[in-house]
Amino acid sequence: MTQEHDTLEVSVWRGDADRGQFETHRVPAYDNQTVLDVVSWIQQQVDPTLTYRFACRVGMCGSCAMTVNGTPRWTCRTHVNKVLKDGRLDIAPLRNLPVIKDLVTDMDPFFDKWIRAGGAHAPSASRHDPIVEISPQSEGRATADAGIECINCSVCYAACDTVSANPDYLGPAALQRAWTVVNDEKHGDRQAVLDTVSAAGGCHNCHSMGSCTMHCPNDLDPLGAILGLKRATARGVFKRRR
Amino acid sequence: MRGHRNHPLWFAFMLHRLSGLGLALFLPAHFLVLSLALSDPALLDGFLHWADAPLVKLAEFGLVFLLAVHFFGGLRLLALEFMPWSGRQKSWAAGALAGAFLISGSFLLNAV
Ligand code: FES
Repeated sequence: MTQEHDTLEVSVWRGDADRGQFETHRVPAYDNQTVLDVVSWIQQQVDPTLTYRFACRVGMCGSCAMTVNGTPRWTCRTHVNKVLKDGRLDIAPLRNLPVIKDLVTDMDPFFDKWIRAGGAHAPSASRHDPIVEISPQSEGRATADAGIECINCSVCYAACDTVSANPDYLGPAALQRAWTVVNDEKHGDRQAVLDTVSAAGGCHNCHSMGSCTMHCPNDLDPLGAILGLKRATARGVFKRRR
Repeated sequence: MRGHRNHPLWFAFMLHRLSGLGLALFLPAHFLVLSLALSDPALLDGFLHWADAPLVKLAEFGLVFLLAVHFFGGLRLLALEFMPWSGRQKSWAAGALAGAFLISGSFLLNAV
């Protein structure tokens, strides 16, 4: 860490599922520090009962997402200088998920929806079959690859107003996973996935607000994936009619 | 404004939603007035007289604005959802449309 200059005014959400409030602290400001550093400083220096999640600190595990000055972000790779507003930071748990304590949300609904969207792999062959060759350049593979770097941080889910309005909606991450699966030639039942995501709470719920793509820390395009699902399911309807 | 909403696509969504609501409020009144032509022509005449008032004339601009916004918002959504274009292609299409509008609009102004 470099020279200490000044202090930041940092308000951190404290509470549980029922109630809570912001608590404000003065935290030393450094030239280089992430929002996660700031949260850790408070936990280590001021209040050891502050609860938050992180693991990798390098943007791979997806566990450290929080709402920073009103915007969902991965805190381990968010520089304080980039998000500071008038020398202040407001740090809160992610939207659209139940709060367990302080900055920690219950991610179960998020992951349950991955399963509900058909995100689990269904094999199309057994270990005794020869391995099917799939060109990395093929269109399906390229499309599947585009979504595969998702780290499940739930930033898109927290940014989505359609999720807030309809708790049943699968949300951008699960739908992007479904689009990846639909484009994976080795998946056993791609039509079943398309049927699932076109049912109630599926891709046709999306209002194309694009907050998911806007805020994805990995620069993925969940909105594009959902649009792909919309086209694929619409095409399916026309095909079946014929 | 909450941080996660501060971007063009979200504003486009909100504009589309609000203009749609505005039109939905207008349409029943519109049909009601039209139906007066059959049920009560005298009342209709009275109303049309009132509709000539400057303020109502001004409000018509608002109506045309709502229609235009909702119409192009709808086209935008159709393009977004049914055409797997790249961001670049979309920018070109929007630019071409805006350019065509500018040119044809200025001709229209000349004609009037
Ligand atoms: S701590 Fe792993 S992504 Fe931030």
